[in-house]
Amino acid sequence: MIVGEQKPISEIKQIIAPYQKVLILGCGTCVKTCFAGGEDEVAVLASALRLVCKTEGKRIEIEEQTVERQCEDEFIQESAQAVSRNQAILSLACGAGVQAMARRFTTAPVLPGVNTTFMGVLEKPGLFTEECSGCGDCKLAVFGGICPFTRCAKKLLNGPCGGSQNGHCEVSSDIDCAWHLIIERLKALGQMDNLRVYLPPKNWAASLSSGPRKLIREDHML
Amino acid sequence: MKIESTGKLQRVLNSGGFAVTAECGPPRGADAEIVRKKGELLKGCVDAVNVTDNQTAIVRMSSIAACAHLVTMGIEPVMQMVTRDRNRIALQSDIMGAYSLGITNILCLSGDHQTFGSQPDALNVFDIDSMNLVRTVQTMREQGQDMSGFELKGAPRMFIGAAANPFADPFEYRVMRLAKKIDAGADFIQTQCVYNLARFKAWMKMAQDEGLTEKVHILAGVTPMKSVGMAKYMATRVAGMDVPEGLIKRMEGVAKPKVAEEGIKICLETIAALREIQGVHGIHLMAIEWEDVVERIVSEAGLLPRP
Repeated sequence: MIVGEQKPISEIKQIIAPYQKVLILGCGTCVKTCFAGGEDEVAVLASALRLVCKTEGKRIEIEEQTVERQCEDEFIQESAQAVSRNQAILSLACGAGVQAMARRFTTAPVLPGVNTTFMGVLEKPGLFTEECSGCGDCKLAVFGGICPFTRCAKKLLNGPCGGSQNGHCEVSSDIDCAWHLIIERLKALGQMDNLRVYLPPKNWAASLSSGPRKLIREDHML
Repeated sequence: MKIESTGKLQRVLNSGGFAVTAECGPPRGADAEIVRKKGELLKGCVDAVNVTDNQTAIVRMSSIAACAHLVTMGIEPVMQMVTRDRNRIALQSDIMGAYSLGITNILCLSGDHQTFGSQPDALNVFDIDSMNLVRTVQTMREQGQDMSGFELKGAPRMFIGAAANPFADPFEYRVMRLAKKIDAGADFIQTQCVYNLARFKAWMKMAQDEGLTEKVHILAGVTPMKSVGMAKYMATRVAGMDVPEGLIKRMEGVAKPKVAEEGIKICLETIAALREIQGVHGIHLMAIEWEDVVERIVSEAGLLPRP
């Protein structure tokens, strides 16, 4: 899923400062799961902003709504009426959702209320970890299902650097050394020979490095 | 046919000699005089001088430029090159540029992560890894081609070095990684500083059992410790460093004015022990911001005059 984190209220306050009528629009998919922009977060943020504005003597009207997915036009359209009633939209979706909203509604500014952080998993309640960087050329088969391009701070593909100690990355003891995990996993799978093979430089052409990517499925086009 | 580079370091190693290299960190500024002063201290007492590439991710004069200053002084540099800051296009271009300036040795590294440096906000590159860089330099040298297969007009005939850290984890993979670096094209290896001799010997034994010491020249890293603070810092704060408790106690056990002397003594004992280990073909003496001690250590270790 896409993991995001709500922006600090001080920054949100600043972003919406020029407007008196604001729609806070939540997204009921990824950002809901990571407690950044679902229905509950919309309600909490709206109350907090109303309270802050009241204490500061600023007039503001806040409307709340949450759609299933802000990255799909079908769901976005449900917010059309609410959008037309407001001067600005504070989107609590990921960056893709914010942009999809901006594409659909050209008259009101769409403002981000969330920092989109990564593609990851819910490792345990309250802990989300980054696992994939969407490089477009998946090599997980070689690495025992652990991605060194994403999880090694140096994107090394031919083994760990000299800074790996006790299973930790040199960058921080809070970070597992991806290569340590890969080696442990391949040992358990009896596939350590994978690591004897020299892996040539990665093909980054399939990544964002070649510019924004498109996926075309003609069989699904109308 | 393996094409030879043209440097002294290679001649010493290939003739079965015991090589000595030192290190010169370029200044945080544009003053070439600082490089020359460090060069003067090292000239004649080592075979080649490693010039670091923005080590610990702190911006310094470029390794290529500092190497070029040393070349004009008649000192042979080992240009360190990290994959942290340049993509494959810039790396290949700089390898050719460096060789055109008379730089004949390269040490291929991934580089300290930028979070350790003075500008942790920087974006890192890591387009290729150190293993890929070794292979790239080898292909340029032996096939005379860049990474695209383009025929170069003049191949950079670099003597290729790589790093190995016998003290990093997972230990059992370290020798496998060394083998991979040799296969990729490494001619010589410079290791992380050796303080834990037992672990270094265990690693060398594993390398020897795999037949690797026959295929590559291993230069063991040594760093004299100047103070108890430095010893403790290296033991606890430097990634991939293994300083046994006993050595720190030994440094603590002498009167303060004699601590640096004790550090030199430990360094000399380490060098003597390293020379006894089969497969160790030299030392890489990293006297960090203490270049004026190099001549004395090399001399007292009985390694002067240099060939």
